[in-house]
Amino acid sequence: MSTPTLHDPAVEPEALLPAGETEHRLSAGLLDPKQLLTSFPDAIKKLDPRVMVKSPVMFVVEVGSLLTTISAIEKPSVFAWVITVWLWLTVVFANLAEAVAEGRGKAQADTLRRTKTDTVARKVQGTWAPGATNVTEAEVPATELKLGDYVVVEAGQIIPGDGDVVEGVASVDESAITGESAPVIRESGGDRSAVTGGTKVLSDRIVVKITSEPGKTFIDRMIALVEGAARQKTPNEIALNILLASLTIVFLLAVVTLQPMAKYAGAEQTIIVLVALLVALIPTTIGALLSAIGIAGMDRLVQRNVLAMSGRAVEAAGDVSTLLLDKTGTITFGNRQAAEFLPIDNVTDRQIADAAQLSSLADETPEGRSIVVLAKEKYGLRERVQGELTHATWIEFTAQTRMSGVDLDEPSGVHAVRKGAAGSVAAWVRENGGTTGQELEIAVERISNRGGTPLVVAEKRGSEPARALGVIYLKDVVKPGIKQRFEDLRAMGIRTVMITGDNPLTAAAIAEEAGVDDFLAEATPEDKMALIKKEQAGGKLVAMTGDGTNDAPALAQADVGVAMNTGTSAAKEAGNMVDLDSNPTKLIEIVEIGKQLLITRGALTTFSIANDVAKYFAIIPAMFASVYPGLRHLNIMALDSPKSAITSAIIFNALIIIGLIPLALRGVRYKPSSAQSLLRRNLGIYGIGGLILPFVGIKAIDLIVQFIPGLH
Amino acid sequence: MNSSLAGFLQALALVGALALSYRPLGDYIAHTLTSRKHLRIERGIFKLIGVDGDAEQTWGAYLRSVLAFSFVSVLFLYGFQRLQEHLWLSLGFPAVTPAMAWNTAASFVTNTNWQSYSGESTMGHLVQMGGLAVQNFLSAAVGIAVVAALIRGFTRNKTDHLGNFWVDLTRITLRVLLPISFVFALVLVAGGVVENLHAAQIVHTLSGATQSIPGGPVASQEVIKQLGTNGGGFYNANSAHPFENPNPFTNLLAIYLMLVISFALCRTFGKMVGSHKQGYTILSVMGLYWIASASLITFFEHQHSGIAAQIAGAAMEGKEVRFGIPGSSLFAASTTLTSTGAVNSMHDSFTPLGGGTAILNMMFGEIAPGGTGSGLYGILILAVVTVFVAGLMVGRTPEYLGKKLGAREMKFASLYILTTPAIVLCGTGLAMSLKAGHGGGMNNTGPHGFSEVLYAFTSAANNNGSAFGGITVTSTHWETALGLAMLFGRFLPMVFVLALAGSLAKQAPVPESTGTLRTNTPLFVGMLSGVILIVVGLTYFPALALGPLAEGLH
Repeated sequence: MSTPTLHDPAVEPEALLPAGETEHRLSAGLLDPKQLLTSFPDAIKKLDPRVMVKSPVMFVVEVGSLLTTISAIEKPSVFAWVITVWLWLTVVFANLAEAVAEGRGKAQADTLRRTKTDTVARKVQGTWAPGATNVTEAEVPATELKLGDYVVVEAGQIIPGDGDVVEGVASVDESAITGESAPVIRESGGDRSAVTGGTKVLSDRIVVKITSEPGKTFIDRMIALVEGAARQKTPNEIALNILLASLTIVFLLAVVTLQPMAKYAGAEQTIIVLVALLVALIPTTIGALLSAIGIAGMDRLVQRNVLAMSGRAVEAAGDVSTLLLDKTGTITFGNRQAAEFLPIDNVTDRQIADAAQLSSLADETPEGRSIVVLAKEKYGLRERVQGELTHATWIEFTAQTRMSGVDLDEPSGVHAVRKGAAGSVAAWVRENGGTTGQELEIAVERISNRGGTPLVVAEKRGSEPARALGVIYLKDVVKPGIKQRFEDLRAMGIRTVMITGDNPLTAAAIAEEAGVDDFLAEATPEDKMALIKKEQAGGKLVAMTGDGTNDAPALAQADVGVAMNTGTSAAKEAGNMVDLDSNPTKLIEIVEIGKQLLITRGALTTFSIANDVAKYFAIIPAMFASVYPGLRHLNIMALDSPKSAITSAIIFNALIIIGLIPLALRGVRYKPSSAQSLLRRNLGIYGIGGLILPFVGIKAIDLIVQFIPGLH
Repeated sequence: MNSSLAGFLQALALVGALALSYRPLGDYIAHTLTSRKHLRIERGIFKLIGVDGDAEQTWGAYLRSVLAFSFVSVLFLYGFQRLQEHLWLSLGFPAVTPAMAWNTAASFVTNTNWQSYSGESTMGHLVQMGGLAVQNFLSAAVGIAVVAALIRGFTRNKTDHLGNFWVDLTRITLRVLLPISFVFALVLVAGGVVENLHAAQIVHTLSGATQSIPGGPVASQEVIKQLGTNGGGFYNANSAHPFENPNPFTNLLAIYLMLVISFALCRTFGKMVGSHKQGYTILSVMGLYWIASASLITFFEHQHSGIAAQIAGAAMEGKEVRFGIPGSSLFAASTTLTSTGAVNSMHDSFTPLGGGTAILNMMFGEIAPGGTGSGLYGILILAVVTVFVAGLMVGRTPEYLGKKLGAREMKFASLYILTTPAIVLCGTGLAMSLKAGHGGGMNNTGPHGFSEVLYAFTSAANNNGSAFGGITVTSTHWETALGLAMLFGRFLPMVFVLALAGSLAKQAPVPESTGTLRTNTPLFVGMLSGVILIVVGLTYFPALALGPLAEGLH
């Protein structure tokens, strides 16, 4: 059975930080024209007035369409039917936008559903206690598991529900939810204990305590989220809907009261024309696309393997003004790397490089590998392989000795090389008859002061006393491009605070190098919490990532709390987003997606309102130029006839919805920059553009429809 | 000197005078509204009306005080007119009819000053002084009090308190309106405006005919009529009457008075929110609209079609020769852009597009600079709407002056922008469809007749008070309909403004960063102007097309 995946891991973690690239664009997949067709039935289903009423603007259009239909049946004419058909199309197009947005989620939900096969759980009977050897099991369907049940899962079996490992260690294939095929280790205790129902144990045996009720598991929630079933209108969406509804009422009044005025003028209007005017004026473009924009925003997060538990959280992400970023993994690579060899006494560079390399050949840790790489790149030492050196005894690093190295059997005696923590190696030197001088201490201290980690290298040749050769400077390597990212954030008005367990000295050095605005050193969960509360007291919205159980209170307190999928279930429960890739750098992207969502909404609202100007100039002269000939001067587009003018405005109004669906789904182009430049750009494109485009569009449509018999 | 140059110099002098008073007056009003100290006379008044001057009110309490005070004012003014024949200085006039008394009471309490009566032949001096002029002060003060509460909503945090209506009302009246009125009343008297308690005097002219020369305490009422953006004239001819507005100097002074407080309130706003730039931003939008409108009306009135106009060199029908086109146009623009509604020329006789511009001025909601207080809160609500849309475009949920604009705030702002168009459009629509309106009272036909009805409802709902005329508005139908339009047009928006203020004051402030939409830039001036034009102006486009545009475009 091939493992279904949510989707391919969309973005490689490091690819998020294109070095030196200043402009990047958030995007989601493009709109496949086929989606329009497949979503069409759903769009028709949504014509149900009980569904439509949720979108007040489009509901008005639907009622209007109904009125024109009745009117067109009573007094059929080409004009009446053309308008009626296009009004219905306007409603269908709006529904189509929503259906397409939802359709993308549905496809993902279907894939997820397949993982919810009928798993059989091996439930522990009676009470389970740690270390219990002979447990009695009973096979029950996974759907019958309750909170607090214990289940046994062995290699090859599917974990029946969300829970925490309480016994054992296992490698687990979580590709079903993360799309990442490499197995992960899950073990009892600590921050790697959470397992997700639907994932597969690849090795060993674990006992899992179930932490979620059936139907409310992580996968269930994911399905609900991507399907949009759990979608509720977000606060800003509600506010915008209120504004749109009130504009709709104003225009409704303007049109309804127009009839008595028109009657007085001797130009009584038909229902068809009045409805056409109303639909042209009310903000249909944004009304039609509003919910699609919201769904697509959530979807863009899903594309990046982030699950937002509510749309509210996505909006809050756009408002965040303080980002708390864990140093390790976000700002620096997870591992320290050798940056320099500092010889002491009369040792040459080459000597220390040689010794450092020798001592690290058996060291497979990233730090050890980086020493070999540095020796090769900077000092031209060819990398020796372990087998090349005969008579060598490799000494591996242990937590007790805190050293690694090699003993070489040479004619002159045993040549021992050691590398490790300063204290341990110094002790080794003294044990072997050597002394450590002040120069070593100074070198060690200098590295510490620069925020690095010193590793001392020492050797002992034959019967000579051991001596220290120098110090390896291991430093935290700041991810390339991160500084630029922070500058972008600063331009957006977002403050970055680095959180680290390092001492203040080290923290300050890295903070300086990475260009964060502030840092919190030797941070405890309480410190984090206090910092969040302090920022919030000042009216700021705070975003953070976390994975441990002790992060949970802070995650809950933060306005945007992104829990790592590798984290504990407590952390995942507390946060309002889960990053399936467990990549803390993504927090920055989440903020950008939140902003992009809001910008898209604002831009299309502006566009929609600006459109009205041209429509007035099309429809008003068409309505009244017959009684007041002077009004033909308002027909600045020189539209062919009153009927073609009104038809063109309505067709434009409908087509613009279809035309903007891709934009609504993709989100408008977003480049991190100050509010001022964002406004200038978006106002230019969507405000001025929205003013001009309909003049061109309506004229173009008029050039075609004037040839339709009955519209001339 | 030709008329254009004279007009330009007048406008320049006016702008200079307004600029000079902007800072001192704005700062002084801000001080009046924020000072903790009460004057002795104020303490006396608080004791008399049983108010604790140091106690603050929630938005609900503030609103109830506004409504209660206004309700009592309407009753009082109604009673005053109905009992006038029994009062001193009645000049022998009978009681005002119930419909007219109701309409006038609603009109003066709402700062509209729509007049369905002729002052010199209906109202005695006591009613003018003790009833109408008192409301000229108080209704203006109520407007400023409401905007003070709104500004406090922006400046205060996590509180229910928006100040005390009774304190605001008393202070604005005693410390701002009375002293300025006193000084400028003297200037008006010096300028030739009458001030006496005479009844009409019958004089015999040289040719032997008799003429009735009305007297009255005109200057004292004239000054607050303009300063408080009231506009209710002592005489029927309003500011066209030589006793109210004798010469170009008093004309310019009148325009200055109707604009000075409303413009200066921008300074007050800037000072209270702690950023003068915010004040200048609002001022710029108001200024732009004012200049554009004055220029447009002047331009249209200089266009002359028709034989009479061509002989006069301009559309001089209905205009006083002593003011000419510039003095009349500047006055017309200013009176319709504020909620004054005083007229020194007959707007009905303006060119169709000139008169249409006056209607449009009121339709914008009278926000450039608008009525005392009401102009500022009107434009601030539009700024809230603008910030909401623009704020989204910078990728944040919108915030204005550090306050988030969420569903609750948008609800009140939306209701506000919905109210006046609803009254104007429904009122006009109803009038045109009912027998009582269409044909009942309308003395003109065609697009111009329609414009007159549109003007009447626009003026009443926006609390302007000027009229095109051309309709007999003394029928019970018109008195009632316009009275209701005035009351709804005044107090419904106040409900929404105060509710918004309450919801803003409750919030904790959001600190400003580079990610925040800046609301003190030329870009924002442009946006706000655009939103006013499109969102507010375009609502009325169909109606305007059937009236002024139909008449004016050839």
